[in-house]
Amino acid sequence: MAEIRFGVATSHVPAIGAAIDRGKEEEPYWAPLFQGYEGARKWMADANPDVIILAYNDHASAFDLDLIPTYAIGVASEFPIADEGYGPRDVPIVEGYPELAWHLAESLILDEFDMTICNYMPVDHGLTVPLSIMYDKPEKWPARVIPLAVNVIQYPPPTPRRCFNLGKAIRRALKNWDEDITVAVFGTGGMSHQLQGERAGWVNTPFDTDYLNRLGEDPESLLEISHIDLLRDAGSEGIELVMWLIMRGALGGSVREVHRHYHVPASNTAAGLIIFEDTTADVLL
Amino acid sequence: MTTSKKPYADIPGTYVFDGEHHRKGYALNMMCMSLNDPANREKFREDEEAYLDRWDLTAEQRKAVLDRDWLGMLRLGGNIYYTFKIAIFDGLSMQAVGGMMSGVTEEEFRQMMIDGGRNTI
Repeated sequence: MAEIRFGVATSHVPAIGAAIDRGKEEEPYWAPLFQGYEGARKWMADANPDVIILAYNDHASAFDLDLIPTYAIGVASEFPIADEGYGPRDVPIVEGYPELAWHLAESLILDEFDMTICNYMPVDHGLTVPLSIMYDKPEKWPARVIPLAVNVIQYPPPTPRRCFNLGKAIRRALKNWDEDITVAVFGTGGMSHQLQGERAGWVNTPFDTDYLNRLGEDPESLLEISHIDLLRDAGSEGIELVMWLIMRGALGGSVREVHRHYHVPASNTAAGLIIFEDTTADVLL
Repeated sequence: MTTSKKPYADIPGTYVFDGEHHRKGYALNMMCMSLNDPANREKFREDEEAYLDRWDLTAEQRKAVLDRDWLGMLRLGGNIYYTFKIAIFDGLSMQAVGGMMSGVTEEEFRQMMIDGGRNTI
């Protein structure tokens, strides 16, 4: 049985990727952020998952306004790095896992989550920056990645509860995959930020702190926060936090928090990172 | 025609990209998206006016693009992830654009973020 043992939630700010690509980690502006990633990277090297199911959102890279899937799963053997206007980031190509991705797609659809299935899906900073945060600059990404793109740009995105339940369905699907592999689920985006309008620069540290505090022990309470409240409290782009709930739903009821980091700012964003190990009994058996 | 009251209409300084906004900004955003292609960036660089002729923009949208009126583009249906493609083309940071949308310099915006971000508007 494939086991979901780890959950990682992290911001995916493009400027973090650019700072890594240009070796700026030790500059005074960036140092406090990257110091908080050191422990996470050590943990990641030990955890060493075989596969990452990575929930992120595409930012006008693979999808445009002609096609807006709420949930899209990548089933290809590899995913090219998107050109977001700067030329593609100089990071390794992302290797997929078509057999498991198809199993997931089929299981999720039969479990009443109507996934869009993608063979060609260039991946942008939403997916590559979390990998860089956790792995730094490897020659090849150590894990295979199944991209799970979530629409959070076109209003309305899926609700927090729907995302949490999708995570649970991913957990059910993995239980029926007969291969001895370790799986991590990533939920990315957030934390509070607003890129647009006169309110650009919005940050809500009390909201973020509360979100981090409740995510591990009391995630159900976060499902009561409507996405209208997320727009208001976390900012128009902070609504990305719904994707963290896919990760948390994919873990069992009991988790152990192994790492947490929060820093303002990374560019225009409150950057958060939290890592959980699943301590639910059915995993330990 | 009836429209339902939008529960997010009272959030200040925020342009929620809903269906109405999408319809207004479709061509503008698709034009921005086209700048993902290096060949299109080259054409835009050669002659912005001629490049914009290829898209079904309103006169106001066209002017907002040429003037780099970032708030104007949002008001005319733009979405920040799309309109930011023009900022990338111009070599501008998100903080510079954030400053221009909120009426401060890039340096002031950057300092506001270092000080913990915007807490009120």
